[in-house]
Amino acid sequence: MTRTFDRAFATGVAALALLVPLTLAAIAVLLVIAAWRSLTTFGLSYFTTTVWDPVHFVFGAAAYVYGTVVTTVVAVALATPIAVGAAIYLTEFAPRAVRAPVAFTIELLAYIPSIVYGLWAIFVMVPVMRGVVEPGLQATLGQVPVIGRLFSGTPIGLDLLSGGVILAIMILPILMAVSREVLLAVPPTQREAMIGLGATRWEAVSRAVLPYARPGIIGGAVLGVARAFGETMAVTMVVGNSSRDISGSLFIPGYTMASAIANQFVEADSELYFSAIVEIAVVLLLVGIVVNGVARVLIRRSIADRPAGAVV
Amino acid sequence: MALAAIAPSSAILARHRVRPRRRVAEGVVIGLLSLATLVGVALLVTILGYVVVRGLPAIDLAFFTERPKPFGEVGGGIAPSLIGTVLLAVVSGAIAIPIGIASAIFVVEYRSGRFAGPVRFAAELIAGLPSIVIGVFVWTLLVRGVVGHYAAIAGAVALAVIMVPIVARTVEEVLRLVPHSLREAALALGAPRWKVIMSIVLPTARAGVITAAVLALARSAGETAPLLLTALGNDFFSTDLLRPIGALPLQIYRYAISPYDDWHTKAWGASLVLVVVIGAVGMLLRVVARQRVR
Repeated sequence: MTRTFDRAFATGVAALALLVPLTLAAIAVLLVIAAWRSLTTFGLSYFTTTVWDPVHFVFGAAAYVYGTVVTTVVAVALATPIAVGAAIYLTEFAPRAVRAPVAFTIELLAYIPSIVYGLWAIFVMVPVMRGVVEPGLQATLGQVPVIGRLFSGTPIGLDLLSGGVILAIMILPILMAVSREVLLAVPPTQREAMIGLGATRWEAVSRAVLPYARPGIIGGAVLGVARAFGETMAVTMVVGNSSRDISGSLFIPGYTMASAIANQFVEADSELYFSAIVEIAVVLLLVGIVVNGVARVLIRRSIADRPAGAVV
Repeated sequence: MALAAIAPSSAILARHRVRPRRRVAEGVVIGLLSLATLVGVALLVTILGYVVVRGLPAIDLAFFTERPKPFGEVGGGIAPSLIGTVLLAVVSGAIAIPIGIASAIFVVEYRSGRFAGPVRFAAELIAGLPSIVIGVFVWTLLVRGVVGHYAAIAGAVALAVIMVPIVARTVEEVLRLVPHSLREAALALGAPRWKVIMSIVLPTARAGVITAAVLALARSAGETAPLLLTALGNDFFSTDLLRPIGALPLQIYRYAISPYDDWHTKAWGASLVLVVVIGAVGMLLRVVARQRVR
């Protein structure tokens, strides 16, 4: 009697638990099936053309992919120096008493919902971008020959650059938290040996601590990429969503893959249109799995497996 | 004579020239690093500051008790979306918490099973997916499939998919903290596996399990994108699981992208409510966690 119930209990637990891998499988299978029509109709041209014309049933998502890549690159490029800088300061230089509280404060940014970032971005950040930052960039970096192209066009504030900036703010806490964890895992002997040789504290950090922590910090940046490329609401609210131009300027009111979904799912009246939107999600799914996998491997290697005192 | 007097002093100078430069570099770098830290803190303060200052004027009793009024009419509140958020939390919690706890038990207590690895791995992968992908999944499965239209139940399922990995991974960590000697003692006394889990392991880990559930609920309360594709939003009071339903984040979105100043103020107000709720839950969890350590 007891044994029967014991077995029934184990079966019940297993059944509930197996719902988790089943859900993952269902997500992958169902999305591919729903996207099948678009996959077979457009093939590779889905990724190479920017025509997205529901009236004539032609769908190419290149501009959405482009917008996602650009905003993500901007976000990681802006957030990494700040996040890693803060992490270094909070593990190596700050007065001991403030280290944990300040780190906790910055990590609180991770708990603010995406929609609140979006609201703040529309009403506070975008006017500043339009009025100060973007004209300023145009007047300075915009005059430099090659990179000047990044800042051509009308500074409207609702563009890829703004999308990238709000993403940078949103991935800042995860980047800093991971970097900090990795730096804390660096054995103290690394620092002590350098300082014993007569190095200043910064020299010890830059030559003995950072090289040691590099894989983990890169892992944190990759995790930032994983957060940034699929982030929807805040980006959708400031990225513009009106132009599929891929000329190279950051001042384009473009789309990201996620914002394209959020903007168009209501209008998906034809089967092909619906299918083309689901295909965007398929791409996000694949990229999500790959990027998260890479990040996890890098971070784990950096935090766990190193023997204490190992030389890089 | 003069040369002899200069020579040693220039040698000293040369030796000193290296050290100040290294000192200066150190100072500059530390300055830059502390500036980066300051930027992080300033962002939090600025964003929360705006939410509080712009949100407070919107808050009064009616804000919590009335339904949104059409533009032009004064007043109105966000009550339907508050009810919607609570209802979605209850339903999604009822789906996700048992599944999350079960998969943690499966991974930790029945780890010899062949599927423990896959369950854990799948939970990690789902946790890493952008929430809009989960939104599109439920949109495809329920909204355009089984149910046929936007519905509260679809929103709850989407939130549940997001919550399961959070619950599973947090509970898993807590279960691993339960000492093996407890399980062994109970088993030695002849208790069957299910009894060991239900009356020894879970009660020991109770505080952690509750924390996991609340954490997942707090996380899902701010989710917007998946709800947009599933629950859609509703300005009217509704508790019907088969109809569209409002939620705080959806209400903020609707008000934020509108052209009306009054609605913008309400968006800030609703954001303030959302941030305060999530913040209060977080504080509570920290207090609970601290008591547990003691």
